[in-house]
Amino acid sequence: MNYNPFSLAGKMVFVTGASSGIGRQTAIECSKLGAKVIITARNEERLQETYNNLQGDGHSMVLADLTTSEGLDNIVSVVSELDGIVLCAGRAMTSPFQFNTREKYDDVFNVNFFSPVELLRLLVKKKKIAKGGSVVFVSSVGGVLGFTLGNSIYGASKAAINSTMKFCARELAPKKIRVNSVNPGMVNTPLIKGGTISAEQHQADMERYPLKRYGEPEDIAHGIVYLLSDASSWVTGHSLVIDGGITI
Amino acid sequence: MELKEFIENFVALFDETDASEIQANTAFKELDEWSSLIALGVIAMADEEYDVTLKGDDIRNSNTVEDLFNLIKSKK
Repeated sequence: MNYNPFSLAGKMVFVTGASSGIGRQTAIECSKLGAKVIITARNEERLQETYNNLQGDGHSMVLADLTTSEGLDNIVSVVSELDGIVLCAGRAMTSPFQFNTREKYDDVFNVNFFSPVELLRLLVKKKKIAKGGSVVFVSSVGGVLGFTLGNSIYGASKAAINSTMKFCARELAPKKIRVNSVNPGMVNTPLIKGGTISAEQHQADMERYPLKRYGEPEDIAHGIVYLLSDASSWVTGHSLVIDGGITI
Repeated sequence: MELKEFIENFVALFDETDASEIQANTAFKELDEWSSLIALGVIAMADEEYDVTLKGDDIRNSNTVEDLFNLIKSKK
């Protein structure tokens, strides 16, 4: 019984933000399903840790800061024939609207919006994506379906990603490149820890989820695997909500 | 940094609460208007006015306005 429509065997998958959280787990799951994985992030030690956990052979890692043009150029020059692109790199920001200066918007949009969009633009322009390729943006329910207090900058960056995802889905369809997003609810990753929200508040928030827990990185990685695999060949422009039911 | 000025910045986060209700020894979480959003406002105000990063737990562990003032002062 080798039947597995979700297999990634023979695919080259590129994952940004692979040094922690959803990006790391996605890289590991992709390797377990047979993909050759190229991982990137800024922190060498943590990226190496992800690399050490990849299964199988033929993987590679590239250190790069995707908010700089050097970082983007470096990535684009070393990759080729990508079958899958997972744009995970992102950051959080919790701040009430009256404190949301242009500087804060820039900080978040540079990482969450401009970096992945410019990276994808360069990969398309330089023809680095294989025919039949699949692009997955890691968006959020925040700013798309949920509007939590104090989350307006982060939410706006994710709404912008969702919009761009749909435009790209239409514009890249003639190249047989599919473009989708996953939209997670709260996931247990370093992104949500040690910040402005206390552990106690997280615990109370968790109780609001119909499935009574936050997501784990695997929960999101498995959705991404589906969108990368041939099982989703006819799926493009879709936002796959993975949120324990919080937006119902 | 001055306590008086800090209290003014703290009071500015509220709309319904009269300034006279907020003193150095006020247990701010007992104020009717206190909310999670105002808590986020305190964190943002500390960052904007004093260049100090507070965490959610810092708010949780503080009781009075002066506790917050001392905490921010110690982090400067």
